[in-house]
Amino acid sequence: MKGMSLIVRTIARVVTTFIILYSAYIVVYGHITPGGGFPGGVILALGIMLLMLAFGKDLPLRKLPEGRASVLDCLGALGFWAIALLGFTAGYFFLNFLGKGEPFRLVSAGTMPLSNIFIGIKVGVSLFAVLTALSVYRRFYPPGEEPPEED
Amino acid sequence: MIPYLFATAMLLIGLYAIVARRNLIKIVIGVAITEYAVNLFLILLGYRAGGIPPILSKGMDLNKFAANSVDPLPQALTVTSIVIGLGVIALLVALVLRLYEKYGTLDESEIKRLKG
Amino acid sequence: MMNEGLHMNQALPLFVAIPLGAAFLIPILVRVWRRLPDIVGNLSTLSLLVMSLTLVGKGPSTYYMGGWRPPLGINLVADGLSVLLLVVVSLVAFCATLFSIPYMERYTSKSRYYSLFMLMVAGMNGVVLTGDMFNLYVFLEIASIASYALVAFGTEAEELEASFKYMIMGCVASTFVLFGVGVLYGKTGTLNMAHLAKIIDENGMSPAIWFAAALFLMGFGLKAAMVPFHAWLPDAHPSAPAPISAMLSGVLIKSLGIYSLARVSYIVFGMSKPISTIFMVLGGLSMIVGVLLAVGQWDMKRLFAYHSISQMGYVMLGLGLGTPLGILGGVFHLLNHSAFKSCLFLCSGAIEHEVGTRELKKMGGLWRRMPVTSTSCVISSLSISGVPPFNGFWSKLIIIVAAIQARHYVAATIAVVVAFLTLTSFTKVMRYAIFGSPAAESQKVKEAPALMGVALILLALCCTSFGLLYPVLKPLLLGPATDVLLRAGDYISLVLGG
Repeated sequence: MKGMSLIVRTIARVVTTFIILYSAYIVVYGHITPGGGFPGGVILALGIMLLMLAFGKDLPLRKLPEGRASVLDCLGALGFWAIALLGFTAGYFFLNFLGKGEPFRLVSAGTMPLSNIFIGIKVGVSLFAVLTALSVYRRFYPPGEEPPEED
Repeated sequence: MIPYLFATAMLLIGLYAIVARRNLIKIVIGVAITEYAVNLFLILLGYRAGGIPPILSKGMDLNKFAANSVDPLPQALTVTSIVIGLGVIALLVALVLRLYEKYGTLDESEIKRLKG
Repeated sequence: MMNEGLHMNQALPLFVAIPLGAAFLIPILVRVWRRLPDIVGNLSTLSLLVMSLTLVGKGPSTYYMGGWRPPLGINLVADGLSVLLLVVVSLVAFCATLFSIPYMERYTSKSRYYSLFMLMVAGMNGVVLTGDMFNLYVFLEIASIASYALVAFGTEAEELEASFKYMIMGCVASTFVLFGVGVLYGKTGTLNMAHLAKIIDENGMSPAIWFAAALFLMGFGLKAAMVPFHAWLPDAHPSAPAPISAMLSGVLIKSLGIYSLARVSYIVFGMSKPISTIFMVLGGLSMIVGVLLAVGQWDMKRLFAYHSISQMGYVMLGLGLGTPLGILGGVFHLLNHSAFKSCLFLCSGAIEHEVGTRELKKMGGLWRRMPVTSTSCVISSLSISGVPPFNGFWSKLIIIVAAIQARHYVAATIAVVVAFLTLTSFTKVMRYAIFGSPAAESQKVKEAPALMGVALILLALCCTSFGLLYPVLKPLLLGPATDVLLRAGDYISLVLGG
């Protein structure tokens, strides 16, 4: 698949910026408004998927090769894990050890925003990896037959 | 009572799809239906007529909020189970793709190389 | 403070945190050096083994996640039964990772294998430790999803087919469990096991609670492969790589199935006559059907897998008897089964690695060529068939005596007959695989690599010593585990401090 027409590409290029910005908003404001790491990560992955639909399957893999995606994915999970472990320094596993701050401010709720950011990275990258693995490396053709030529 | 009957009925529909359908994709859809039946059940558990969303915003009275909001715990459980369901469905679909590659069919009755 | 006398153990969350961290570190570390996954994987299972052994004989301890006290927060509880399961999981996991170093060389992407393996261990440890129903479901799913992927790890047609079958059954089971958790929450408004037990104890079993109990029975019964729900096991367990078969048969069906079932029905619902009858019927059925299906098998791993069903029947029967001796026998057999069944599966892996076949008819005369593998295979075969002085004999004896004491003569007869049939079936294994005339395939085989041998010897030693060490094991491991199931009230006061 080589991607879609010029109109779709132009619009996708503009819209994707806003989608990624919106996903960042959902992640960062996760602790005071509805949202959080998981929804934000899903929106991020779907924004990249839009690029893939518009520009063809190879583009996202050029930007984020499989190996790098795997490392980022693990780093996101490890960050969350490290926050949970750091709770030990204040006495309990998973203890929210940072200052809680004033409610409804962006910098508040201790470790929650940090956890949200790590979960956002983890979910966004792993969902991206899942969707590319299912579409780019797709083998949905019978055995013995070559993959159909695409135009 | 209604959530129980509703969820059980939907669960049975999903189970029917898993047991009676031959197409692997339809079996996967059956699994998804059973999962959503339980998710819906969890959400209905926390339902309260005329309730407000369990999100505290600025200037809201705490007591009034606690008296009117729906139960947030089932919603947290549901989000978790949706995330797990996403992983399960993705793995199932990947397996179906690989199976199609090996067997050249999606018909369950033709995928029988194991002795059963 | 209400929990004054309670022993808080800061190490409990590490049982989940160490394998979880290792699971995500391994894919990164493999880029640094190809050998690091082996080292990190083995070090983490070894540290888990050491940590679980330090818990033995200390008495129950608990931990509050994030400092939130139950029933508000999630708590971890390490009582006798949990400690027993932790020791079993860590022991088998350590032997399996040791075995994997040479065995997994022929598969691509060893780092992914270790990553999934560690996730599975994290999930199992979590299931065993947690004191919260929903948390149990989450850990159950972590362990299950990792095991689905591991069964399909070879990505051959049969493995994919087995994994798909296993996965569909597993998903249905998990859905039932989650539904049961939802029903319990809807009726009692809590998810903490001790708090649930208290509320159910005070109000009695309502129809909705019975409905939840039935859902749990189906869900955990599917995970434990009890007989009406057993269809996936003989496909899934042989298809996985040998160390994973050892993990699945040795500990996964126990921690996700039997342990969760026992924990929920004994502690949360409180054991009652109908539930214990169902336990015994399921146990008896599994014993007979499993062993009858095993007798006709010629595929080594498939034969072992059918015997897992039948041996799990013994455990269920012992737990269902409900008498102190019966539960003790069930718990003891659970420990023994994990030792000899994982040893058998690792032996089959070593033989497959060297001879290249799993067909019993194509082996033969391995005794001379592979002495270490053959010796451990014979020891574990004798253990599972219940030959004295190996460990299987003692636990089966206890279960049979307990059944006679409880006047369940039918159950006792079934147990004796199944023990005899097991012996017949394993005589066939020894006759064709180990002794007998060498087949064409096994003329030039060599002994398995040293690390495989170490893992086999470790497990074979367990098979030999557990029976003789019974006087030591009983006060340290088995007695506390039995007490947990016999005195459900202690659990409530341990967690809630009431």
